[in-house]
Amino acid sequence: MMPVADPSSDVLQRFSRGDVEAFEVLFRRHQGEVYRWILRIVRNPACAEDLTVETFWRIHRAHARFDPARGFEAWARRIATNAALDHLRSAKPESELPDDLPQPERADPGVSLELRRKTAHAFKRLPPKLRIAATLALIEEQPYKEIAEALGISTQAVKIRVFRALRLLRKNLKQQGIEP
Amino acid sequence: MTPQEQERIEQLLKQSLPPTGTQSAADLQRDLWPAMLRRLAQRSTSVPWFDWALLATLFVGLALFPKAIPILLYHL
Repeated sequence: MMPVADPSSDVLQRFSRGDVEAFEVLFRRHQGEVYRWILRIVRNPACAEDLTVETFWRIHRAHARFDPARGFEAWARRIATNAALDHLRSAKPESELPDDLPQPERADPGVSLELRRKTAHAFKRLPPKLRIAATLALIEEQPYKEIAEALGISTQAVKIRVFRALRLLRKNLKQQGIEP
Repeated sequence: MTPQEQERIEQLLKQSLPPTGTQSAADLQRDLWPAMLRRLAQRSTSVPWFDWALLATLFVGLALFPKAIPILLYHL
């Protein structure tokens, strides 16, 4: 019996050689997933769309460095995370905040809108590296291993960043007169 | 920071910034391939900075040594 070639492996091989059609196949296959990952970080749909294109532009440029033996998803997620991090570094924290905060599914009546707004403000003033780790781990509840791969650090380092983010957030809230 | 404080801040954070999975735009609403094509075309037509530097060097050279212009034209 003739061995059947894996079509997805063939696409990855062709992409690594700079084939634009293979790039299109990968783009169409992964754009939704990359968009969702970026949205989790930047929390703005329009911005996430722009950054998805930026991510695939970086992917296209780096095709020669891609190793087809390793997975595309994890590689793409790492590039997407870097693109989102660059965006957070360049954006002003105040400009990212929506006028009306989305209501959580299980809203706590003890937490006022004003308190939620102040917490969101304080959170968005955290350093981007800490904010990404805390957003993905605590708000989006992504697995620590996945976050570590996307950030290119160890799982332990992610936990440290999350803890530092919470400590800094508590300090910021206390400065605003809020005792968590 | 005590574990209780940590738990309280985590809850406060979740109340303030709910997960994006609960938002209406959690999934991609349109195909981004046309935007990607525009981006690829834009980048492929743009002139690299090094080419601009070479061109500037040429003009400076011609301004300093105008007698070189006919030689340059002859070789073009």
